[in-house]
Amino acid sequence: MMSEALTSSFFVLASADTSLLSELTIFVLAVFLGFEVITKVPPTLHTPLMSGANAISGVTLVGALFCAQTHNVTLANILGFLAIAFATTNVVGGFMVTDRMLRMFGKKR
Amino acid sequence: MSDNITQIAYLLGAAILILGLKRLSGVKTARRGNQLAALGMLVAVATALVEVGKIDYGYVIAGLVVGTLVGVVLATRVQMTSMPELVALFNGLGGAASALVALSVMFDWLNTSGEMNNVSDSMGVSWTISVVASIIIGALTLTGSLVAYMKLDGKMSGNPVLLPGRHVINGLVFLGTLACAGYLGSQADSASTTTLCVVGVTALSLALGWLLVIPIGGADMPVVISLLNSYSGIAAAMTGFVLHNNLLIISGSLVGASGLILTRIMCKAMNRSLANVLFGGFGAEETSGGGGGGQKGYTTVKECAPDEAAAILESSGSVVFVPGYGLAVAQAQHAIRELAEFLEEKGVSVKYAIHPVAGRMPGHMNVLLAEANVPYEQLIEMDDINPEFKNTDVAIVVGANDVVNPLARNATDSPIYGMPILDVDQARTTFIIKRSLSPGFAGIDNPLFEAENSLMIFGDAKGVLEQMTKDLREL
Repeated sequence: MMSEALTSSFFVLASADTSLLSELTIFVLAVFLGFEVITKVPPTLHTPLMSGANAISGVTLVGALFCAQTHNVTLANILGFLAIAFATTNVVGGFMVTDRMLRMFGKKR
Repeated sequence: MSDNITQIAYLLGAAILILGLKRLSGVKTARRGNQLAALGMLVAVATALVEVGKIDYGYVIAGLVVGTLVGVVLATRVQMTSMPELVALFNGLGGAASALVALSVMFDWLNTSGEMNNVSDSMGVSWTISVVASIIIGALTLTGSLVAYMKLDGKMSGNPVLLPGRHVINGLVFLGTLACAGYLGSQADSASTTTLCVVGVTALSLALGWLLVIPIGGADMPVVISLLNSYSGIAAAMTGFVLHNNLLIISGSLVGASGLILTRIMCKAMNRSLANVLFGGFGAEETSGGGGGGQKGYTTVKECAPDEAAAILESSGSVVFVPGYGLAVAQAQHAIRELAEFLEEKGVSVKYAIHPVAGRMPGHMNVLLAEANVPYEQLIEMDDINPEFKNTDVAIVVGANDVVNPLARNATDSPIYGMPILDVDQARTTFIIKRSLSPGFAGIDNPLFEAENSLMIFGDAKGVLEQMTKDLREL
């Protein structure tokens, strides 16, 4: 089991095509970017930031759109439909509730 | 050619999302930032629809309509006190969506691959790993978030559930997940074994998410929500690897990073390491009951009625409110603001001291008070307000307990030792509005209740605050 895992991880590195490497590069850089962009958030904004970021994580909707595209009723399509519904709830609900909160911060007494 | 255009459109969407997130982290720009992020999302989704091309849109439209309706209803109906539940639920949905995308892609491959062979031989090892990682992280985010949701909502006890040998069980379930994934990638060569492995990975990851969150107590939910928020982002980034979509990778990792930052802030505010929160079973019997902690009961508690408290407030010059979770439960945010406004009109200086983990998610108390029209200039962070307590006439603790417990300062054997607290005991007089003397999440006594200058006002926070305002008006 262990040696198998090792072999296969070497295999991954050896067979890593350029697309995987550039995707990994983007991933790592984006994580650093995230840390830079979001440092020093005032505590007032912790909840809205989290629900806003939460809405952004619904971006997986983009992936879900590719999963429900054929006419035939297959397991893949049904899973795709559920993925779209869940991700859309996350995106729409997340952005709306964040806006609702931030509107409260903005209003005058 | 058109492929280049879609790539550029995705890049545009990602850039707008980044700008939005950047603005979301500043008070003045936050609302525009959120709208900008929503615009970025719209660009991304529109681009994806174009890229998908002319298809039968039945499922797509149905999914979008259902999701939008549910999202709108949830976002407009939710009470601000229930924000943590909603965010937990959304985290779970995001994780579930990512896992479903990966599952759908996998079954689509099974359906169309015709001549059956091993998935990693056919699609590449890195692709297989991305699919499996997406399923694992997405599925455990789903069940973990559902447990967090139920604990926050009271559908499940907030007490840690400690299974005997839970570390061993968790370890075995995790190894089982990896074993299924390993077999899928290296051995499975028929449709039935492949399906079996995929189902195994999914089921075990679902179980793992549940097992990992049940031992975590209600007080630690701010950390758990932040961490699950991070996971939901990572899961989205993994689907980006599956579908070779850079936009998904970028936005997913941004969310992953922001969730981690909030996790770190929350851990620091409780003086605990992430490992301790996740595996410690804090607040359960194994940590309480130490010499400096435990419940020994109280002997010299002084009680005070709302009208006596009002008389003391009448002659004071400065008041600091210390709101805690109990304020949220009692829905007393409007009552506290009314009392504060009345005091201000009489020329009393009023401030609110906000502990970083007050409420049940990061920044929750700020949102609750903003809802009640408390100007955010009056909300003072812990480090800035602490030096002011010794010059404060009255500190009014409303439904907070562990975050004002002086044991955290010097009782080295207490479970909360080292946690930064609000120094309310340094005020000339401290009112503590509380239903009873019952302990907070940490399950320990609070010597503040017996302190020389402390006065307990028992009752429902909302009722007591309203009564105090009424008594003040009549004075």
